[in-house]
Amino acid sequence: MHVRDLVGEAVAGMLARPVRSALTTLGTVLGITTLVITLGVAATAGNQIVGRFDELVATAITVEVPESTNGPLVAWDSLDRVTRLRGVVSAAAVAETKDSSNLSVRSNDLVDPARVTTQTLTVLAATTGLPEAARGRIVQGRFYDVGHVKRADRVAVLGDQAAKMLGVTDLDRAPAIFIGKHAYTVIGILGDLRRERNLSSAVIVPPTVGKQFGLRDVTRVLVNTSLGAADLIAGQAPDALSPGNGDQLQVIAPPSPTRARDQAQDDVNALFLILGLVSLAVGAVGIANVTLVTVMERVAEIGLRRSLGAARRHIAAQFLLESTLIGLAGGVIGASVGVVAVVAVSAAKQWTPLLDVRLAIGAPIAGAVVGLLAGLYPALRAARMEPVDALR
Amino acid sequence: MPEPVIELTAVCRDYPAQPPVRALDDVSFRVARGDYLAIVGPSGSGKSTLLNVLGLLDRPSSGSYRLDGTETTTLRDGERTELRGDRIGFVFQSFHLLAHRSVVENVMLAEIYGGHPRKGRRERALGALERVGLGHRVNFLPDRLSGGERQRAAMARALMGEPSLLLCDEPTGNLDSRNTEAVLDLFDELREQGLTIVVITHEREVSTRAGRRVRITDGVLVEEA
Repeated sequence: MHVRDLVGEAVAGMLARPVRSALTTLGTVLGITTLVITLGVAATAGNQIVGRFDELVATAITVEVPESTNGPLVAWDSLDRVTRLRGVVSAAAVAETKDSSNLSVRSNDLVDPARVTTQTLTVLAATTGLPEAARGRIVQGRFYDVGHVKRADRVAVLGDQAAKMLGVTDLDRAPAIFIGKHAYTVIGILGDLRRERNLSSAVIVPPTVGKQFGLRDVTRVLVNTSLGAADLIAGQAPDALSPGNGDQLQVIAPPSPTRARDQAQDDVNALFLILGLVSLAVGAVGIANVTLVTVMERVAEIGLRRSLGAARRHIAAQFLLESTLIGLAGGVIGASVGVVAVVAVSAAKQWTPLLDVRLAIGAPIAGAVVGLLAGLYPALRAARMEPVDALR
Repeated sequence: MPEPVIELTAVCRDYPAQPPVRALDDVSFRVARGDYLAIVGPSGSGKSTLLNVLGLLDRPSSGSYRLDGTETTTLRDGERTELRGDRIGFVFQSFHLLAHRSVVENVMLAEIYGGHPRKGRRERALGALERVGLGHRVNFLPDRLSGGERQRAAMARALMGEPSLLLCDEPTGNLDSRNTEAVLDLFDELREQGLTIVVITHEREVSTRAGRRVRITDGVLVEEA
């Protein structure tokens, strides 16, 4: 028997009762649709989680500069070379030493026995780009600028926690703080930090001022990149900061996005997956049932085909192929409906739909396999029929 | 002497029951090429069993059945199926046309099993329909045809692939007298073309038109003059 004849007979058998065939596919359609929606929406939502992730963490790079015996590894002015790199959004160099992390800071020179006026705070030196680099906001006043740095003005910016501890609430009257013996004018308060949160309890001074506290060399560089540039910048930044000694710098880059995505996709809603599989199983039972009824109805046809020279395997193949085609049709419809639903959900939520090609191809195949399995028993029944009985 | 189309020797067919039913009892006869044989008998006489044995749909319990010189009782199931599709054209009382397929498609069905080429199948089917005088109805669905036309379509299907034997089971049982007449005329024509025809019938009109007549009663076959 020619394969095309077999396919032709199966298709004709399926189309002979179009309404019944359509209803039979319904179970498979529901099952496949549920599966495609579940997997598709899970993947899309997973991608969305990664998307939000990206903005906070995946663009943040920190370069740690180790201490060096022969001169500084990173000069303060080398930061310009990093900001020039394409993909860098903001960057700041920070100096912080062990000695500078517990300096006593007072907000005035009076000794008030009723209050603790002296706080032990971290003092660090930073370049002017720190608010952006730390993704913070100047809550009050302003940050120091290049002029302050150049003139080595005795100014300081407080982190919002530090300001609270020191009782600095109002900058209008240019309050001063005392670090050690010297007074510094507080010109701004930095808050809402999304990176380097410890800065909120620190006193930040210009690098030229920081020298007085031993903050001579850059110890850390904060870099923010645009989305997707982190990997590239992580490779380029050390060489830009310290040509020739780049390999001595330690780069802390975000995990590569693919790994983050894998984790997110584990969040598949298991309940819906099970629901889809259950409806698929119900669909298979439906196909089996209807195919069995069809076989019983077509006993005379089976007899005729046997009389025309059809072997048992021809009969089995025809019914098996019919049920497989019904399953395949259900799979194709289900996959289409599912994909449309995923796109619709994404459109409603303003997400980027993530459609796996394997899902779009696999779903119809899964439907066909369901049909094939469902058709096994009816096809066997049809093939076992004795032609004498079938023609009676 | 040429090989007979059918050669039955001492064929018995028992149905397992308590006590066993002997549907065919030591049946022997030959049908030569070009014969037109009618098998008559009341219902329950073993007519259908004989037809099933002749059509290779059933195996005799004992005895020998040679079809076109091939001993069939020793063949395996698949070989019998092949031989059946190749050598025997069936005509049934209830036509057995597929309701959803046009007349020509129903006729073409005869060639999808076995090694017939796909090429020219439609032309051969149209030729067979022409042969039974149904050339003007090829694209009709069976339910648009009269009973006689349906039986002629079924005969066109049986004639596809040039069988050596046309095996007819009450071919006029569902037809009125005018259609019966037309079908019988067609049998005469086919026989003149050299086809071997075996008709099982209980209608006197049909059996008298046949060249030979055998009567079967309680499984015993008797040749009638």
